[in-house]
Amino acid sequence: MDFSLGPEHELVQKMVREFAQKEVAPFIQEWDRKQQMAPEVLPRMGKLGILGICFPVSLGGQGMDFISLGLACEELEAVDTTLRVVMSVHVGLCGLSLLQWGTEAQQEEFLIPLARGEKIGCGAFSEPGAGTDVANLQTTAKQDGTDYILNGEKMWISLASKADFALLTARTDPSPKRRSQGLSSFIVDLRSKGVTTGDIKGKLGVRAGSTGWISMQDVRVPQTARLGEQGEGFKITMSAFDSGRYTVAAGAAGLIRACLEASVAYSKDRKTFGQPIADHQLVQAKIARMASDYEIAKLLFLKAGWLKNQGVRNTYETSMAKRFATDASFNAASEAIAVHGSYGYSDEFAVERYLRNARGAMIYEGTNEIHSLIQAGYALGDRTDKALRREMPGYDPERWQAV
Amino acid sequence: MKVVVCVKQTPDTAATLTVVEGKAAWGDAPLVLNPWDEYAVEQALRAKEAHGGSVTALSLGPESAKEALKQALAMGCDEAILISDPGFETADSLVVSAALAAAIKKIESPDIIFFGKAAVDTDTGVTGPQVARRLGWPSLNLVAAITQLDPGAKTITVERLLEEGRQIVRSSLPAVVSVVKEINEPRYPSFMGIRKASKAVIPTWTAAEIGLQPIPAPALTWPEVTAPARAEQSCEFIPGDTPQQQAAGLVERMIAEKLI
Repeated sequence: MDFSLGPEHELVQKMVREFAQKEVAPFIQEWDRKQQMAPEVLPRMGKLGILGICFPVSLGGQGMDFISLGLACEELEAVDTTLRVVMSVHVGLCGLSLLQWGTEAQQEEFLIPLARGEKIGCGAFSEPGAGTDVANLQTTAKQDGTDYILNGEKMWISLASKADFALLTARTDPSPKRRSQGLSSFIVDLRSKGVTTGDIKGKLGVRAGSTGWISMQDVRVPQTARLGEQGEGFKITMSAFDSGRYTVAAGAAGLIRACLEASVAYSKDRKTFGQPIADHQLVQAKIARMASDYEIAKLLFLKAGWLKNQGVRNTYETSMAKRFATDASFNAASEAIAVHGSYGYSDEFAVERYLRNARGAMIYEGTNEIHSLIQAGYALGDRTDKALRREMPGYDPERWQAV
Repeated sequence: MKVVVCVKQTPDTAATLTVVEGKAAWGDAPLVLNPWDEYAVEQALRAKEAHGGSVTALSLGPESAKEALKQALAMGCDEAILISDPGFETADSLVVSAALAAAIKKIESPDIIFFGKAAVDTDTGVTGPQVARRLGWPSLNLVAAITQLDPGAKTITVERLLEEGRQIVRSSLPAVVSVVKEINEPRYPSFMGIRKASKAVIPTWTAAEIGLQPIPAPALTWPEVTAPARAEQSCEFIPGDTPQQQAAGLVERMIAEKLI
């Protein structure tokens, strides 16, 4: 067993770190206060290839593996969660679902521009009345000749107002035997007639990002934009989460690291009772917990990434990585505020932003409560992975790098 | 055109320099491509992009310096060569420039050699000019812009950044150019470059292979390095019931300390 990263992964890590630290870190507080996304973020991430990092070169991507995707997410969220959120929805939910389920024609039409960063994608599953309870979603897609007519509203959708396409799931069969049946997934062009989008303001965190809603009134979608077969929407949605959650897990590891680094620096500098607070054992206890949680979070996401590279189903492992890292990142941010004292409570330091940002990831991509149930299901033997009609392909360097 | 860029592996600029047993120590700071050299690599790549040809990154250092060369390859250099020999461990800039010049002579007719203005660790800033002297080529240092480059006519025009302003210098090629950070914004490595760099086999040239035998003795040695004395700081409050009294007290103290 080899725990070291090779030169390729180290260079990816360094490149994404440099971009985030140099181009985003100096201005992030300002955008967080404004509750706006810095306009240059998406074009820059596109230009640098980050938005297409793990897609095959022949599909417009950069041909890197799933570990590279995770490492990039870690570096991005170490600066701000909003950067990683872009990866979760553009690469995780939308792009990787196209890679897994898309036909050649769909990959040509939708995935290539996404991987090249020319178009932005998002995933739209939650609704005003259905989040975790995906099977209860109310958006409908009625067949009309060879088209579908979509009606409904999606809510809490990252990049809703910025994206060109959304992968979304709607009900195609109003009275199926089981509620999880009768759902289908579509790639919807968000510039289509009948689509309106907007941003949600007043969020606790991820304020420098874009979170919004998508409303659809009689939106005509051609059959060629249906991903997978009719009725396969629930499975597609769940497999989209296997990809999205991985990026959340890796990002949260980066957030723990950011809390740790901020706490180490501050505790060596700040003095109380005549000595740096790093010499106080209760401060050390907080730092020790952050350091070990970072290691655990990293090992969990790297294992999930390794499984993805092997082409092995990883719903269980990815769920564990996501829940552990996001819970731990919230704790790390809270403890980092404790280390910073009153200063930590103001936006003079970044740790208060880390806390606000960390809370969201315990809710989205499956609440951490639902992840507990998923994990209990596996541990108790009540839940097993069933083969999918199309599994996510494992990483094959030759196939990924073929021009 | 054939472009060579000379780079060095240095500690990260965020590293803390300390003195341990009379020697400069960087602790376990990560080693990086000398930040000044990133500008040189960028300029070398731009020259190639404008005029065709290839860019060779050249470094002198231990085996670990290949990591810095990989960064240069990931940015887009076509090939990299490491000059490494145990005999270079105590090298000063005269020895380094002799080795670099010898290696450059082995590379087929380069048109231009780029350097960063200095290395962040030793900060001498003389290696580039010394290499130029050894090769007998013009030395253009502190270059902030290249306004004209014509490999066909073998001419180059640059702007040198001086305290008083910019000096426009015209020169023939081949030439040695050392650049300052005003010249460009270095690119990030591309993912394709990263893949290429991580697979690249970087050849190592020994002192014998570049014809530098015996290795000349350094003219400059650092027998001992001492840390600057720590400045003692103390805080004194000037008493006084009114701001006028406090100001008068402060003036008296400052006169007593010969500050005014």
